[in-house]
Amino acid sequence: MSPGEVLDRIFRFEGTGELLALDFVQSSLLAGALLALIAGALGPLVVARQVSFAVHGTSELTFTGAAAALLVSASAVSVGALVGAVTAALVFGLLGLRERERDSVIGVVLAFGLGLGGLFLWLYEGRASNQFSLLFGQIVAVGRDDVWLLATAVVAALVVLAAVWRPLLFASVDADVARARGVPVRGLSVLFAVLVGVATGLAVPTVGALLVLALLITPAAAAAQLTANPLTALLLATLFAEFAVVGGIIASLAPGAPISAYVTAIVFVIYLACRATSALRSRRALSA
Amino acid sequence: MATVDDSMATTRELRPDRHPPPAVRLRGARLAYGARTLWDGLDLDVAPGEFLAVLGPNGSGKTSLLRALLGQTPLSSGDIELSGQPVRRGSRTVGYIPQQQALDPTLTLRGRDMVGLGLDGHRWGFALPSRSRRRRVREALDAVGALDYADAPVGRLSGGEQQRLRVAQALIGDPDVLLCDEPLLSLDLAHQRAVSELIDERRHATGTAVLFVTHDINPVLPMVDRMLYIVDGRFRIGTPDEVMTSAVLSELYATEVDVIRVRDRLLVVGAHDHDHHLAQPS
Repeated sequence: MSPGEVLDRIFRFEGTGELLALDFVQSSLLAGALLALIAGALGPLVVARQVSFAVHGTSELTFTGAAAALLVSASAVSVGALVGAVTAALVFGLLGLRERERDSVIGVVLAFGLGLGGLFLWLYEGRASNQFSLLFGQIVAVGRDDVWLLATAVVAALVVLAAVWRPLLFASVDADVARARGVPVRGLSVLFAVLVGVATGLAVPTVGALLVLALLITPAAAAAQLTANPLTALLLATLFAEFAVVGGIIASLAPGAPISAYVTAIVFVIYLACRATSALRSRRALSA
Repeated sequence: MATVDDSMATTRELRPDRHPPPAVRLRGARLAYGARTLWDGLDLDVAPGEFLAVLGPNGSGKTSLLRALLGQTPLSSGDIELSGQPVRRGSRTVGYIPQQQALDPTLTLRGRDMVGLGLDGHRWGFALPSRSRRRRVREALDAVGALDYADAPVGRLSGGEQQRLRVAQALIGDPDVLLCDEPLLSLDLAHQRAVSELIDERRHATGTAVLFVTHDINPVLPMVDRMLYIVDGRFRIGTPDEVMTSAVLSELYATEVDVIRVRDRLLVVGAHDHDHHLAQPS
């Protein structure tokens, strides 16, 4: 294939309009938008708490959980993913309290979990596309009922996040003083881990394990380049995540390619643009 | 708050309930981890507006004392009362200033937010934008001279600027007691003076009692009313003139220690303790 042909395969929009009219495409767009909402809202705290690696570990172990569930039945995948994600997040959330050990333990557990997941996939005798989708997502398979379920879970997670926002922010950015003020730092750490676990568990079967990092971390890291206001960062991160997911899904329709490539590329470009803006700003501030 | 002290001394026996209770009151306080006793039989009253420095080598239980006062570590025996109330976790009448920490420069937190969290960060839900909240935060920032950098990311501020914000954060809740855990550590001399003077002004203005844990008495020497010096379970409470003598420190350290006064600085020589040596101007 010549480079021109490759580009042609990647960027195609003929037929995108008709595809957008399809029911299942609309469902997948809705599902993606819902996931971007919760990921964008949780992302800034993930970045502030410096638990990106734990989130990565959680999404990989969600894959393990989903792969194990696939052996039982294809319809058990979402339950398996959720169980795997929440378990992993809880383990990492409790570990997060002893920082020195944290990274190495996550690395150890994640490597084992990934190997186990590979074994489960090998044991699985169903369609190969089911295996592929756990890593790269299978958002086109999302039905109306799934969207309703997803919406309920996302709204519930957002309500919990809003209810604990202030002490959670306090505990995340300023743990010592928060503890001195009576904020239950340990309990909030566990609760936050569960929220991340739920978001990851919902995301992996639909958008794939690889996209979770792109949605939870990159938009928040990009927003942090532009603002130090925690609420503005939350809104910007959500906006970036929405743009990347909805844009990525639409761009992937005509080529019929995995959405991961498009979403990660868009969010990466946003990140680079935010870094450049921040660098320009500080240069201007120096020369002023 | 000299007037309060005088009246308390003369009329305490006559009308005990007419006077404000001590900001901090420890009776028979003992803290031990397993077989190791940090301190025992500690009786201490800190009056409103009093500045008490807490000194001692690493591991002598200075920080544990603060943790006990914050309600995070229960005493092994004895009682603590803060403003007449038994100590509890997360009391609103206690302010806390930690050591300066290295913060991530991309942390999404402004000085304004840090101070605001000191006001209501323990409450559930969102902080609804309100004019009175914004005004209180602005006043607290203004009082420590931090308005100029209130909107900058805290991780990009200097250590001195961060500690000014810490003072504002701790004082915005109008605490009866201010607990400071080495707040001057890693600050240069000018910032050490600025931050300790802010604390000093405040306790005179509002009668906040200050417990100031430090390994170097010199930056706060002019402000200290009394000090608690702890070494290996032995302790001494008194004014700096009473405690910072060769005789008292030799007894506490159980070895020969010399306290030398050079201009207005006190130098401790011979205490086998690495963090307590002559504080070098940084």
